[in-house]
Amino acid sequence: MALIEYKGIRKRKFKDRLFRYSVHAFTYSCLAIVLVILFYIFKKGVGSLNLALFTQLPKPVGETGGGVLNAIVGTLMLVSVAAVIAIPLGVSVGIFLADNRGRKIADYTSIAVDMLQGVPAIVIGIIVYIWVVKPMRGFSALSGSIVLAIMMLPAVVKNTEETMLLIPKSLKEASLALGASYFKTTTRVLVPAGIGGIFSGCVLGIARVAGEAAPLLFTAFGSPFMNFNLLRPVNSLPLVLFNYATSPYDDWHKIAWGATFILVGMVLILNFIVKYFERRWKVQF
Amino acid sequence: MEGAILRIENLKVSFGSAVVLKGINMEVQEKKVTAFMGPSGCGKTTFLRAVNRMHDLTPEAKVEGKIRLHYEDVYEMEAMLLRRRVGMVFQRPNPFPTMSIQENVLSGFMLNGIKLKKTEKEQITEDALKKVALWEEVKDKLNARSTSLSGGQQQRLCLARAIAMKPEVILLDEPTSALDPLSTAKIEDLLYELKGNYTLLIVTHNMQQAARISDMTAFFYLGELLEYDNTKKVFTNPKNEKTQNYITGRFG
Repeated sequence: MALIEYKGIRKRKFKDRLFRYSVHAFTYSCLAIVLVILFYIFKKGVGSLNLALFTQLPKPVGETGGGVLNAIVGTLMLVSVAAVIAIPLGVSVGIFLADNRGRKIADYTSIAVDMLQGVPAIVIGIIVYIWVVKPMRGFSALSGSIVLAIMMLPAVVKNTEETMLLIPKSLKEASLALGASYFKTTTRVLVPAGIGGIFSGCVLGIARVAGEAAPLLFTAFGSPFMNFNLLRPVNSLPLVLFNYATSPYDDWHKIAWGATFILVGMVLILNFIVKYFERRWKVQF
Repeated sequence: MEGAILRIENLKVSFGSAVVLKGINMEVQEKKVTAFMGPSGCGKTTFLRAVNRMHDLTPEAKVEGKIRLHYEDVYEMEAMLLRRRVGMVFQRPNPFPTMSIQENVLSGFMLNGIKLKKTEKEQITEDALKKVALWEEVKDKLNARSTSLSGGQQQRLCLARAIAMKPEVILLDEPTSALDPLSTAKIEDLLYELKGNYTLLIVTHNMQQAARISDMTAFFYLGELLEYDNTKKVFTNPKNEKTQNYITGRFG
Protein backbone atom coordinates (compact mmCIF):
# COMPACT_ATOMS: atom_id res chain seq x y z
CA MET A 1 0.00 0.00 0.00
CA ALA A 2 2.58 2.48 1.12
CA LEU A 3 4.52 1.97 -2.08
CA ILE A 4 1.59 2.98 -4.22
CA GLU A 5 0.92 6.08 -2.17
CA TYR A 6 4.46 7.35 -2.47
CA LYS A 7 4.68 6.72 -6.17
CA GLY A 8 5.42 9.93 -8.03
CA ILE A 9 5.54 12.00 -4.89
CA ARG A 10 8.88 13.53 -5.83
CA LYS A 11 7.59 14.64 -9.16
CA ARG A 12 4.49 16.12 -7.54
CA LYS A 13 6.53 17.95 -4.95
CA PHE A 14 8.80 19.31 -7.65
CA LYS A 15 5.84 20.60 -9.66
CA ASP A 16 4.37 22.13 -6.56
CA ARG A 17 7.59 23.93 -5.74
CA LEU A 18 8.00 25.08 -9.32
CA PHE A 19 4.53 26.60 -9.28
CA ARG A 20 5.12 28.29 -5.95
CA TYR A 21 8.39 29.83 -7.12
CA SER A 22 6.98 31.02 -10.43
CA VAL A 23 4.11 32.82 -8.69
CA HIS A 24 6.68 34.58 -6.55
CA ALA A 25 8.94 35.32 -9.47
CA PHE A 26 6.17 36.86 -11.58
CA THR A 27 5.03 39.01 -8.67
CA TYR A 28 8.52 40.36 -8.11
CA SER A 29 9.13 41.04 -11.78
CA CYS A 30 5.86 42.96 -12.02
CA LEU A 31 6.83 45.01 -8.98
CA ALA A 32 10.29 45.55 -10.43
CA ILE A 33 8.91 46.93 -13.70
CA VAL A 34 6.81 49.51 -11.86
CA LEU A 35 9.69 50.48 -9.60
CA VAL A 36 12.11 50.85 -12.52
CA ILE A 37 9.64 53.08 -14.38
CA LEU A 38 9.06 55.21 -11.28
CA PHE A 39 12.78 55.41 -10.59
CA TYR A 40 13.52 56.48 -14.16
CA ILE A 41 10.83 59.18 -14.09
CA PHE A 42 12.10 60.32 -10.72
CA LYS A 43 15.71 60.49 -11.90
CA LYS A 44 14.86 62.38 -15.10
CA GLY A 45 12.16 64.50 -13.50
CA VAL A 46 14.01 65.68 -10.42
CA GLY A 47 16.76 67.08 -12.66
CA SER A 48 14.30 69.32 -14.47
CA LEU A 49 12.43 70.47 -11.38
CA ASN A 50 12.81 74.11 -10.45
CA LEU A 51 10.64 76.89 -9.17
CA ALA A 52 10.05 78.26 -12.66
CA LEU A 53 8.39 75.00 -13.69
CA PHE A 54 5.62 75.61 -11.16
CA THR A 55 5.37 79.40 -11.43
CA GLN A 56 5.98 80.38 -15.06
CA LEU A 57 4.18 80.04 -18.33
CA PRO A 58 5.77 78.34 -21.35
CA LYS A 59 8.30 80.48 -23.22
CA PRO A 60 8.19 80.81 -27.02
CA VAL A 61 10.61 78.75 -29.08
CA GLY A 62 14.13 80.11 -28.85
CA GLU A 63 13.85 81.46 -25.33
CA THR A 64 15.09 79.20 -22.55
CA GLY A 65 13.36 78.48 -19.29
CA GLY A 66 9.66 78.79 -18.67
CA GLY A 67 7.28 76.52 -16.83
CA VAL A 68 4.05 74.62 -17.02
CA LEU A 69 1.93 76.56 -14.52
CA ASN A 70 -0.88 76.89 -17.06
CA ALA A 71 -0.87 73.12 -17.62
CA ILE A 72 -1.03 72.39 -13.89
CA VAL A 73 -3.96 74.78 -13.52
CA GLY A 74 -5.53 73.35 -16.69
CA THR A 75 -5.25 69.75 -15.50
CA LEU A 76 -6.77 70.62 -12.14
CA MET A 77 -9.57 72.48 -13.89
CA LEU A 78 -10.29 69.72 -16.43
CA VAL A 79 -10.26 67.03 -13.77
CA SER A 80 -12.38 68.88 -11.22
CA VAL A 81 -15.07 69.82 -13.72
CA ALA A 82 -15.04 66.22 -14.97
CA ALA A 83 -15.44 65.01 -11.38
CA VAL A 84 -18.35 67.38 -10.78
CA ILE A 85 -20.09 65.90 -13.82
CA ALA A 86 -19.18 62.24 -13.38
CA ILE A 87 -19.44 61.67 -9.63
CA PRO A 88 -23.14 62.50 -9.04
CA LEU A 89 -24.03 60.64 -12.22
CA GLY A 90 -21.81 57.61 -11.55
CA VAL A 91 -22.75 57.27 -7.88
CA SER A 92 -26.46 57.41 -8.77
CA VAL A 93 -26.06 54.75 -11.44
CA GLY A 94 -24.04 52.57 -9.06
CA ILE A 95 -26.73 52.83 -6.37
CA PHE A 96 -29.40 52.01 -8.94
CA LEU A 97 -27.52 48.95 -10.19
CA ALA A 98 -26.98 47.62 -6.66
CA ASP A 99 -30.65 48.18 -5.83
CA ASN A 100 -32.13 46.64 -8.96
CA ARG A 101 -30.07 43.54 -9.57
CA GLY A 102 -31.78 41.06 -11.83
CA ARG A 103 -33.95 43.65 -13.53
CA LYS A 104 -33.47 43.93 -17.28
CA ILE A 105 -32.75 47.64 -17.25
CA ALA A 106 -30.02 47.08 -14.65
CA ASP A 107 -28.46 44.26 -16.65
CA TYR A 108 -28.36 46.37 -19.81
CA THR A 109 -26.94 49.35 -17.94
CA SER A 110 -24.29 47.15 -16.42
CA ILE A 111 -23.26 45.84 -19.84
CA ALA A 112 -23.26 49.37 -21.23
CA VAL A 113 -20.94 50.54 -18.46
CA ASP A 114 -18.59 47.62 -19.09
CA MET A 115 -18.54 48.47 -22.78
CA LEU A 116 -17.87 52.12 -22.03
CA GLN A 117 -14.82 51.01 -20.10
CA GLY A 118 -13.56 49.25 -23.21
CA VAL A 119 -14.12 52.11 -25.65
CA PRO A 120 -10.73 53.61 -26.60
CA ALA A 121 -10.12 57.09 -25.25
CA ILE A 122 -9.55 58.50 -28.70
CA VAL A 123 -12.97 57.31 -29.88
CA ILE A 124 -14.68 59.07 -27.00
CA GLY A 125 -12.61 62.13 -27.92
CA ILE A 126 -13.85 62.09 -31.50
CA ILE A 127 -17.46 61.73 -30.44
CA VAL A 128 -17.19 64.66 -28.06
CA TYR A 129 -15.46 66.60 -30.84
CA ILE A 130 -18.44 66.02 -33.13
CA TRP A 131 -21.14 66.53 -30.52
CA VAL A 132 -19.66 69.31 -28.40
CA VAL A 133 -16.68 71.01 -30.02
CA LYS A 134 -18.19 71.44 -33.48
CA PRO A 135 -21.59 72.79 -32.38
CA MET A 136 -19.83 75.15 -29.97
CA ARG A 137 -17.49 76.26 -32.76
CA GLY A 138 -14.25 75.87 -30.85
CA PHE A 139 -12.03 73.84 -28.58
CA SER A 140 -12.77 74.34 -24.91
CA ALA A 141 -11.87 73.18 -21.43
CA LEU A 142 -15.52 72.17 -21.01
CA SER A 143 -15.39 69.70 -23.90
CA GLY A 144 -12.19 68.25 -22.42
CA SER A 145 -13.92 67.82 -19.08
CA ILE A 146 -16.83 66.07 -20.75
CA VAL A 147 -14.46 63.55 -22.34
CA LEU A 148 -12.76 62.91 -19.02
CA ALA A 149 -16.13 62.65 -17.24
CA ILE A 150 -17.27 59.96 -19.67
CA MET A 151 -14.02 58.09 -19.14
CA MET A 152 -14.32 58.35 -15.36
CA LEU A 153 -17.87 57.03 -15.24
CA PRO A 154 -17.20 53.26 -15.35
CA ALA A 155 -14.77 53.36 -12.40
CA VAL A 156 -17.19 55.40 -10.30
CA VAL A 157 -20.22 53.26 -11.23
CA LYS A 158 -18.52 49.91 -10.67
CA ASN A 159 -16.93 50.89 -7.37
CA THR A 160 -20.18 52.35 -6.06
CA GLU A 161 -22.14 49.28 -7.13
CA GLU A 162 -19.69 46.85 -5.54
CA THR A 163 -19.55 48.86 -2.34
CA MET A 164 -23.33 49.07 -2.07
CA LEU A 165 -23.67 45.33 -2.67
CA LEU A 166 -21.45 44.67 0.34
CA ILE A 167 -23.76 46.58 2.68
CA PRO A 168 -26.04 44.08 4.45
CA LYS A 169 -29.65 44.15 3.31
CA SER A 170 -30.68 44.22 6.95
CA LEU A 171 -29.54 47.85 7.22
CA LYS A 172 -31.82 48.91 4.42
CA GLU A 173 -34.69 46.99 5.97
CA ALA A 174 -33.99 48.52 9.39
CA SER A 175 -34.26 51.97 7.92
CA LEU A 176 -37.38 51.30 5.85
CA ALA A 177 -39.04 49.56 8.81
CA LEU A 178 -38.72 52.82 10.75
CA GLY A 179 -40.79 54.54 8.10
CA ALA A 180 -37.89 56.15 6.26
CA SER A 181 -38.25 56.99 2.59
CA TYR A 182 -36.05 55.46 -0.10
CA PHE A 183 -34.30 58.82 -0.37
CA LYS A 184 -33.47 59.06 3.35
CA THR A 185 -32.53 55.40 3.51
CA THR A 186 -30.07 55.86 0.67
CA THR A 187 -28.58 59.18 1.69
CA ARG A 188 -28.53 58.81 5.48
CA VAL A 189 -27.96 55.09 5.99
CA LEU A 190 -26.56 53.33 2.93
CA VAL A 191 -24.26 55.93 1.39
CA PRO A 192 -22.65 56.82 4.77
CA ALA A 193 -22.07 53.10 5.35
CA GLY A 194 -20.33 52.77 1.97
CA ILE A 195 -18.65 56.17 1.81
CA GLY A 196 -15.13 54.71 1.97
CA GLY A 197 -15.63 52.57 -1.12
CA ILE A 198 -17.54 55.22 -3.04
CA PHE A 199 -14.87 57.81 -2.29
CA SER A 200 -12.05 55.54 -3.38
CA GLY A 201 -13.90 54.77 -6.64
CA CYS A 202 -14.20 58.46 -7.36
CA VAL A 203 -10.55 59.21 -6.61
CA LEU A 204 -9.30 56.24 -8.61
CA GLY A 205 -11.49 57.43 -11.48
CA ILE A 206 -9.84 60.83 -11.26
CA ALA A 207 -6.37 59.28 -11.13
CA ARG A 208 -7.21 57.24 -14.18
CA VAL A 209 -8.20 60.19 -16.38
CA ALA A 210 -5.68 62.72 -15.07
CA GLY A 211 -3.06 61.28 -17.43
CA GLU A 212 -5.21 61.17 -20.59
CA ALA A 213 -3.72 63.01 -23.56
CA ALA A 214 -5.24 61.56 -26.73
CA PRO A 215 -8.88 62.62 -26.30
CA LEU A 216 -7.80 66.08 -25.18
CA LEU A 217 -6.01 66.71 -28.48
CA PHE A 218 -9.26 67.62 -30.17
CA THR A 219 -11.26 68.88 -27.21
CA ALA A 220 -9.24 70.89 -24.66
CA PHE A 221 -6.63 71.26 -27.43
CA GLY A 222 -3.89 72.85 -25.34
CA SER A 223 -2.76 76.43 -25.07
CA PRO A 224 0.43 78.32 -24.29
CA PHE A 225 -1.49 80.85 -22.20
CA MET A 226 -3.03 80.88 -18.79
CA ASN A 227 -6.75 80.29 -19.06
CA PHE A 228 -9.49 80.09 -16.45
CA ASN A 229 -12.37 80.25 -18.92
CA LEU A 230 -14.20 76.94 -19.35
CA LEU A 231 -15.19 77.90 -22.88
CA ARG A 232 -11.63 78.50 -24.08
CA PRO A 233 -8.91 75.96 -24.91
CA VAL A 234 -6.80 74.98 -21.96
CA ASN A 235 -3.47 73.26 -21.46
CA SER A 236 -2.93 70.08 -19.49
CA LEU A 237 0.10 68.15 -18.27
CA PRO A 238 -0.35 65.15 -20.60
CA LEU A 239 -0.67 67.54 -23.55
CA VAL A 240 2.53 69.34 -22.55
CA LEU A 241 4.19 65.99 -22.27
CA PHE A 242 3.06 64.96 -25.74
CA ASN A 243 3.87 68.26 -27.46
CA TYR A 244 7.21 68.87 -25.77
CA ALA A 245 8.51 65.32 -25.88
CA THR A 246 7.94 65.14 -29.64
CA SER A 247 9.62 68.51 -30.23
CA PRO A 248 13.25 68.75 -31.39
CA TYR A 249 14.40 71.06 -28.56
CA ASP A 250 16.44 69.78 -25.61
CA ASP A 251 15.07 72.47 -23.36
CA TRP A 252 11.50 71.33 -24.06
CA HIS A 253 12.43 67.69 -23.41
CA LYS A 254 13.54 68.74 -19.97
CA ILE A 255 10.24 70.46 -19.30
CA ALA A 256 8.42 67.37 -20.58
CA TRP A 257 10.22 65.28 -17.95
CA GLY A 258 9.26 67.82 -15.32
CA ALA A 259 5.60 67.62 -16.39
CA THR A 260 5.78 63.82 -16.28
CA PHE A 261 7.15 63.92 -12.78
CA ILE A 262 4.39 66.26 -11.58
CA LEU A 263 1.70 64.10 -13.24
CA VAL A 264 2.96 60.83 -11.80
CA GLY A 265 3.41 62.50 -8.43
CA MET A 266 -0.22 63.65 -8.48
CA VAL A 267 -1.48 60.16 -9.30
CA LEU A 268 0.68 58.60 -6.57
CA ILE A 269 -0.61 61.10 -4.00
CA LEU A 270 -4.21 60.37 -5.04
CA ASN A 271 -3.57 56.66 -4.51
CA PHE A 272 -2.18 57.26 -1.03
CA ILE A 273 -5.20 59.43 -0.21
CA VAL A 274 -7.47 56.57 -1.25
CA LYS A 275 -5.61 54.07 0.93
CA TYR A 276 -5.73 56.39 3.91
CA PHE A 277 -9.42 57.22 3.76
CA GLU A 278 -10.46 53.70 2.84
CA ARG A 279 -8.95 52.54 6.12
CA ARG A 280 -10.25 55.49 8.07
CA TRP A 281 -13.83 55.31 6.82
CA LYS A 282 -14.10 51.57 6.99
CA VAL A 283 -17.44 50.70 8.54
CA GLN A 284 -17.84 47.54 10.54
CA PHE A 285 -21.18 45.88 10.09
CA MET B 1 -62.79 39.27 19.58
CA GLU B 2 -62.58 42.22 21.88
CA GLY B 3 -59.69 44.68 21.73
CA ALA B 4 -58.33 43.51 18.42
CA ILE B 5 -55.74 45.84 16.89
CA LEU B 6 -54.91 43.76 13.81
CA ARG B 7 -57.57 41.97 11.80
CA ILE B 8 -56.25 39.60 9.19
CA GLU B 9 -58.64 38.35 6.55
CA ASN B 10 -57.76 35.59 4.14
CA LEU B 11 -54.10 36.64 3.87
CA LYS B 12 -52.25 34.90 1.04
CA VAL B 13 -48.61 35.54 0.23
CA SER B 14 -46.69 33.98 -2.61
CA PHE B 15 -43.23 34.44 -4.07
CA GLY B 16 -43.36 33.64 -7.76
CA SER B 17 -44.95 30.21 -7.92
CA ALA B 18 -44.26 29.34 -4.28
CA VAL B 19 -47.31 29.89 -2.11
CA VAL B 20 -46.11 30.57 1.42
CA LEU B 21 -49.28 31.66 3.21
CA LYS B 22 -52.53 30.01 2.16
CA GLY B 23 -55.24 32.18 3.60
CA ILE B 24 -54.76 33.26 7.19
CA ASN B 25 -57.64 34.59 9.25
CA MET B 26 -56.95 35.88 12.72
CA GLU B 27 -57.23 38.84 15.06
CA VAL B 28 -54.34 40.07 17.13
CA GLN B 29 -55.25 41.64 20.44
CA GLU B 30 -54.11 45.03 21.56
CA LYS B 31 -51.46 45.34 24.31
CA LYS B 32 -50.86 41.61 24.40
CA VAL B 33 -47.93 39.46 23.37
CA THR B 34 -48.77 37.09 20.56
CA ALA B 35 -46.24 34.37 19.79
CA PHE B 36 -45.98 32.77 16.34
CA MET B 37 -44.59 29.26 16.32
CA GLY B 38 -44.12 26.51 13.84
CA PRO B 39 -41.44 24.56 12.02
CA SER B 40 -39.05 26.35 9.64
CA GLY B 41 -40.66 27.38 6.40
CA CYS B 42 -44.18 27.46 7.81
CA GLY B 43 -44.65 31.14 6.99
CA LYS B 44 -44.31 32.82 10.39
CA THR B 45 -41.75 35.36 9.23
CA THR B 46 -43.60 35.89 5.96
CA PHE B 47 -46.69 36.67 8.01
CA LEU B 48 -44.84 39.14 10.21
CA ARG B 49 -43.31 40.93 7.26
CA ALA B 50 -46.70 41.22 5.60
CA VAL B 51 -47.94 43.32 8.51
CA ASN B 52 -45.49 46.19 7.95
CA ARG B 53 -45.35 45.60 4.20
CA MET B 54 -41.70 44.57 4.01
CA HIS B 55 -42.72 42.40 1.06
CA ASP B 56 -43.04 45.61 -0.95
CA LEU B 57 -39.25 45.35 -1.33
CA THR B 58 -39.43 41.97 -3.04
CA PRO B 59 -40.67 42.39 -6.61
CA GLU B 60 -41.89 38.80 -7.00
CA ALA B 61 -43.86 38.81 -3.74
CA LYS B 62 -47.63 38.91 -4.08
CA VAL B 63 -49.86 39.69 -1.13
CA GLU B 64 -53.62 39.08 -1.25
CA GLY B 65 -56.31 39.45 1.38
CA LYS B 66 -56.61 42.15 3.97
CA ILE B 67 -54.73 43.26 7.05
CA ARG B 68 -56.41 45.98 9.04
CA LEU B 69 -54.69 48.07 11.65
CA HIS B 70 -57.64 49.14 13.77
CA TYR B 71 -59.99 49.59 10.84
CA GLU B 72 -57.61 50.79 8.15
CA ASP B 73 -56.40 48.47 5.43
CA VAL B 74 -52.60 48.58 5.68
CA TYR B 75 -52.19 47.90 1.98
CA GLU B 76 -54.11 51.07 1.20
CA MET B 77 -52.12 53.18 3.63
CA GLU B 78 -48.93 55.06 2.82
CA ALA B 79 -46.23 52.45 3.54
CA MET B 80 -44.01 55.00 5.27
CA LEU B 81 -46.76 56.05 7.66
CA LEU B 82 -47.69 52.45 8.36
CA ARG B 83 -44.13 51.56 9.23
CA ARG B 84 -43.92 54.48 11.61
CA ARG B 85 -46.86 52.97 13.50
CA VAL B 86 -45.62 49.38 13.27
CA GLY B 87 -42.04 48.97 14.49
CA MET B 88 -39.85 45.98 13.79
CA VAL B 89 -36.92 44.21 15.41
CA PHE B 90 -34.99 41.78 13.23
CA GLN B 91 -33.35 38.42 13.71
CA ARG B 92 -29.82 39.79 13.77
CA PRO B 93 -29.06 43.02 15.57
CA ASN B 94 -28.78 45.72 12.91
CA PRO B 95 -27.98 49.07 14.47
CA PHE B 96 -26.86 51.72 12.01
CA PRO B 97 -23.07 51.30 12.04
CA THR B 98 -22.27 54.88 11.07
CA MET B 99 -24.31 56.34 13.90
CA SER B 100 -23.62 56.70 17.61
CA ILE B 101 -25.74 55.02 20.26
CA GLN B 102 -27.84 58.12 20.76
CA GLU B 103 -28.20 58.71 17.03
CA ASN B 104 -29.46 55.16 16.67
CA VAL B 105 -32.16 55.70 19.26
CA LEU B 106 -33.21 58.90 17.49
CA SER B 107 -32.73 57.54 13.98
CA GLY B 108 -36.47 57.05 13.44
CA PHE B 109 -37.03 60.76 13.89
CA MET B 110 -34.05 61.73 11.80
CA LEU B 111 -35.02 59.39 8.96
CA ASN B 112 -38.56 60.71 8.99
CA GLY B 113 -37.32 64.28 8.84
CA ILE B 114 -38.69 65.15 12.30
CA LYS B 115 -36.64 67.86 13.98
CA LEU B 116 -36.22 67.62 17.74
CA LYS B 117 -34.99 70.12 20.31
CA LYS B 118 -31.94 69.21 22.35
CA THR B 119 -33.94 68.61 25.52
CA GLU B 120 -36.44 66.44 23.63
CA LYS B 121 -33.58 64.40 22.21
CA GLU B 122 -32.11 63.81 25.65
CA GLN B 123 -35.49 62.91 27.09
CA ILE B 124 -36.41 60.47 24.33
CA THR B 125 -32.98 58.82 24.40
CA GLU B 126 -33.07 58.33 28.15
CA ASP B 127 -36.67 57.06 28.15
CA ALA B 128 -36.13 54.58 25.36
CA LEU B 129 -32.84 53.28 26.73
CA LYS B 130 -34.32 52.90 30.20
CA LYS B 131 -37.23 50.93 28.80
CA VAL B 132 -34.83 48.44 27.24
CA ALA B 133 -32.64 48.38 30.37
CA LEU B 134 -29.63 49.68 28.47
CA TRP B 135 -29.41 53.13 30.05
CA GLU B 136 -27.14 52.20 32.94
CA GLU B 137 -24.73 50.43 30.60
CA VAL B 138 -24.37 53.18 28.00
CA LYS B 139 -25.29 56.49 29.65
CA ASP B 140 -21.64 57.56 29.78
CA LYS B 141 -20.93 56.73 26.16
CA LEU B 142 -23.96 57.84 24.19
CA ASN B 143 -21.68 59.17 21.48
CA ALA B 144 -19.80 55.90 21.03
CA ARG B 145 -20.30 53.90 17.86
CA SER B 146 -23.25 51.54 18.08
CA THR B 147 -21.12 48.69 16.78
CA SER B 148 -18.89 48.90 19.87
CA LEU B 149 -21.70 47.26 21.85
CA SER B 150 -22.10 43.52 22.34
CA GLY B 151 -24.66 41.60 20.28
CA GLY B 152 -27.18 41.54 23.12
CA GLN B 153 -26.75 45.24 23.76
CA GLN B 154 -27.10 45.96 20.05
CA GLN B 155 -30.38 44.07 19.94
CA ARG B 156 -31.70 46.05 22.91
CA LEU B 157 -30.59 49.20 21.12
CA CYS B 158 -32.61 48.11 18.08
CA LEU B 159 -35.61 47.61 20.34
CA ALA B 160 -35.05 51.07 21.82
CA ARG B 161 -34.87 52.49 18.31
CA ALA B 162 -38.28 50.98 17.54
CA ILE B 163 -39.82 51.99 20.89
CA ALA B 164 -38.64 55.60 20.59
CA MET B 165 -41.09 56.11 17.72
CA LYS B 166 -43.96 55.07 20.03
CA PRO B 167 -45.35 52.49 17.60
CA GLU B 168 -48.73 50.89 18.13
CA VAL B 169 -47.43 47.46 17.22
CA ILE B 170 -43.92 45.98 17.45
CA LEU B 171 -42.99 43.03 15.28
CA LEU B 172 -40.15 40.85 16.56
CA ASP B 173 -38.69 38.36 14.12
CA GLU B 174 -36.82 35.78 16.21
CA PRO B 175 -35.15 38.60 18.13
CA THR B 176 -33.04 36.32 20.30
CA SER B 177 -31.98 33.64 17.86
CA ALA B 178 -28.57 35.25 17.27
CA LEU B 179 -27.89 35.89 20.97
CA ASP B 180 -26.34 33.94 23.81
CA PRO B 181 -28.57 32.61 26.63
CA LEU B 182 -27.81 35.46 29.00
CA SER B 183 -28.70 38.17 26.48
CA THR B 184 -31.74 36.14 25.49
CA ALA B 185 -32.94 36.08 29.09
CA LYS B 186 -32.50 39.85 29.30
CA ILE B 187 -34.54 40.47 26.16
CA GLU B 188 -37.25 38.12 27.37
CA ASP B 189 -37.49 39.93 30.71
CA LEU B 190 -37.78 43.14 28.77
CA LEU B 191 -40.53 41.94 26.50
CA TYR B 192 -42.36 40.68 29.57
CA GLU B 193 -42.17 44.15 31.07
CA LEU B 194 -43.21 45.88 27.87
CA LYS B 195 -46.41 43.93 27.57
CA GLY B 196 -49.37 45.84 28.78
CA ASN B 197 -48.06 48.98 27.11
CA TYR B 198 -47.35 47.65 23.64
CA THR B 199 -48.79 45.16 21.24
CA LEU B 200 -46.02 42.68 20.52
CA LEU B 201 -45.94 40.05 17.79
CA ILE B 202 -43.04 37.69 18.23
CA VAL B 203 -41.85 34.93 15.93
CA THR B 204 -39.89 32.34 17.83
CA HIS B 205 -38.48 28.87 17.52
CA ASN B 206 -38.03 28.67 21.21
CA MET B 207 -41.03 27.07 22.88
CA GLN B 208 -40.05 28.00 26.39
CA GLN B 209 -39.81 31.56 25.22
CA ALA B 210 -43.28 31.50 23.75
CA ALA B 211 -44.69 29.90 26.88
CA ARG B 212 -42.92 32.33 29.18
CA ILE B 213 -43.76 35.66 27.65
CA SER B 214 -46.79 35.36 25.41
CA ASP B 215 -50.49 35.74 26.14
CA MET B 216 -51.63 34.21 22.87
CA THR B 217 -49.92 31.63 20.70
CA ALA B 218 -50.47 30.99 17.02
CA PHE B 219 -49.23 27.75 15.51
CA PHE B 220 -48.42 27.83 11.81
CA TYR B 221 -47.90 24.78 9.70
CA LEU B 222 -47.17 24.73 5.94
CA GLY B 223 -48.64 28.16 5.40
CA GLU B 224 -51.78 27.60 7.43
CA LEU B 225 -52.83 28.70 10.86
CA LEU B 226 -53.55 25.43 12.65
CA GLU B 227 -54.16 26.69 16.12
CA TYR B 228 -54.59 30.06 17.77
CA ASP B 229 -55.57 30.43 21.38
CA ASN B 230 -54.45 31.36 24.86
CA THR B 231 -50.83 30.38 25.32
CA LYS B 232 -51.70 28.28 28.34
CA LYS B 233 -54.35 26.42 26.42
CA VAL B 234 -52.12 25.81 23.41
CA PHE B 235 -49.38 24.42 25.57
CA THR B 236 -51.44 22.36 28.00
CA ASN B 237 -54.33 21.25 25.89
CA PRO B 238 -53.78 21.73 22.16
CA LYS B 239 -56.70 20.98 19.92
CA ASN B 240 -54.65 19.97 16.95
CA GLU B 241 -52.55 16.84 16.84
CA LYS B 242 -49.80 18.57 14.85
CA THR B 243 -49.51 21.28 17.50
CA GLN B 244 -49.29 18.63 20.17
CA ASN B 245 -46.57 16.81 18.30
CA TYR B 246 -44.62 19.98 17.71
CA ILE B 247 -44.85 21.14 21.31
CA THR B 248 -43.82 17.79 22.67
CA GLY B 249 -40.86 17.77 20.29
CA ARG B 250 -41.94 14.91 18.11
CA PHE B 251 -41.31 16.90 14.93
CA GLY B 252 -40.15 20.33 13.83
